[in-house]
Amino acid sequence: MSKRRPYVRSMDGWWRRNPYFVEYMIHEGTALFVAAYAGILLAGLVRLAEGEAAWNAWLAALKNPWYVGFHLFALAALAYHSFTWFKIMPRTMPPVIVEGQRLPAWVITGGGLAAAVVASLILLGVVWGMVR
Amino acid sequence: MKPTLKRSNAPIFWALFGAGGMLSALIGPMLVFITGLAVPLGLLLPADTMSYAHVLAFARNWAGKAFILAVIALFLWHAAHRIFHSLHDVGVHAGTGAKLVCYGLALVGTVIAAWALLAVGF
Amino acid sequence: MAEGQKTIEIEVLRYHPENDTEPHAQVFEIPFTDDMSVLQGVQYIKDHLDGSLSFRWSCRMAICGSCGMMINGVPSLSCQTFLRDYYPARVRVEALAHFPIERDLVVNMEGFIEKLESIQPYIIPREARTLSEGEYLQTPEQLGAYEQFSSCINCLLCYAACPQFGLNSRFVGPAALALLHRYNADSRDGGKAERMELVNSEDGVFNCTAVGYCSEVCPKHVDPANAVNQNKTNSAIDYFLRFLAPKGGAR
Ligand code: SF4
Ligand code: FES
Repeated sequence: MSKRRPYVRSMDGWWRRNPYFVEYMIHEGTALFVAAYAGILLAGLVRLAEGEAAWNAWLAALKNPWYVGFHLFALAALAYHSFTWFKIMPRTMPPVIVEGQRLPAWVITGGGLAAAVVASLILLGVVWGMVR
Repeated sequence: MKPTLKRSNAPIFWALFGAGGMLSALIGPMLVFITGLAVPLGLLLPADTMSYAHVLAFARNWAGKAFILAVIALFLWHAAHRIFHSLHDVGVHAGTGAKLVCYGLALVGTVIAAWALLAVGF
Repeated sequence: MAEGQKTIEIEVLRYHPENDTEPHAQVFEIPFTDDMSVLQGVQYIKDHLDGSLSFRWSCRMAICGSCGMMINGVPSLSCQTFLRDYYPARVRVEALAHFPIERDLVVNMEGFIEKLESIQPYIIPREARTLSEGEYLQTPEQLGAYEQFSSCINCLLCYAACPQFGLNSRFVGPAALALLHRYNADSRDGGKAERMELVNSEDGVFNCTAVGYCSEVCPKHVDPANAVNQNKTNSAIDYFLRFLAPKGGAR
């Protein structure tokens, strides 16, 4: 009779076993802030549809220190999301061949981060231009 | 004998996740800064940046509607997909239930956003 | 041991199915020299301290792919990892994570072998050629499209690095998908449609959440994460466009 009895180890708490996994869970966790922020915007949009008084109440609520505090954390979380999104992009996207050479990872990550900075400045400029 | 393989319908959710991830990576931090910090605290931007008149005009414009819907809906789908997978990662294999809650909320949010954008008029 | 001989402790996760209900740690003290690999360390244990210790190895030069272990929790080739990088601290070795332990440091790789077969890891010629028609020619660009994915030595470190495989052992996983991509990306091959069924399936690429650690630990720079994620794109394109251009694939 076979004495084989392959032992399957538990996966409980796997994300604590390696710093690489801890970082993974943190960057996945930024999604909670993305969701909450989208929820706040959605609430604002509904208030907008309800009329001027409702909108102004929502706008006033944003001055509440709790909201300001949340947005500070959300800013950090979304910035970290941007950073990690472009950091893994060389692994997630198909190779880009330029003049027979594969584009190195740092060029892709750097290009993505640069695009984020440019897009953000354009957004700020457009907002500025629209209301001035 | 080859087992029959069931095709995954993940591409739908993955594509929405990717689109939302890219959009939030590009402009997410700046959006949070503008709507959550600069305007409420009166930093940098004119005081009436998000006045009712300004925002209403933006939300009545076709491009404005598209932008608002893209931000809210894609952010929600991006987050829903990540949270769904994180639940699986931490051992909550609620399967269909977790899927329904995560993607269901994103869908409800999308519908509400679309409704509100119609309700603000044109 | 000679007087003044430096020593190092190795903690090994032991498991003998005939006696043990579950694995347990055992510490051995061995003589240390700064040219010793972790593999040589466990070989010393087997040769001098406990002949019942089981582990796999062959080439001692990072090419056969059989000596993978968790070394201080990191999937590593034990012949390529040196004790001097840990000395004087104790080194912890354990069988590769996410696989069932067969005995001590030996894992059960039956599941992987089945996956390897399922991807059809050979060229299915796009066009049949007779011998007299000569060889299939390839440009350097065509070679470049798959070459990196052909360097895999089946060491399974990437599986031990992949939590999604740990959570769902049906997931085809990094190395098998990298090898699958190696054939799909080969200009001589015509088997892509068949292999895409597996890529598109519930056991396929969408189990991956782009953790990326597999590519980090790969000793041959295969970058399996890239192969998996390129195929998410391929699979999604096929998913949305299959109604426009019906040409097979999984339903
Ligand atoms: S892809 Fe790399 S880590 Fe994975 S089995 Fe092949 S050589 Fe080993
Ligand atoms: S013994 Fe062959 S790879 Fe280590």
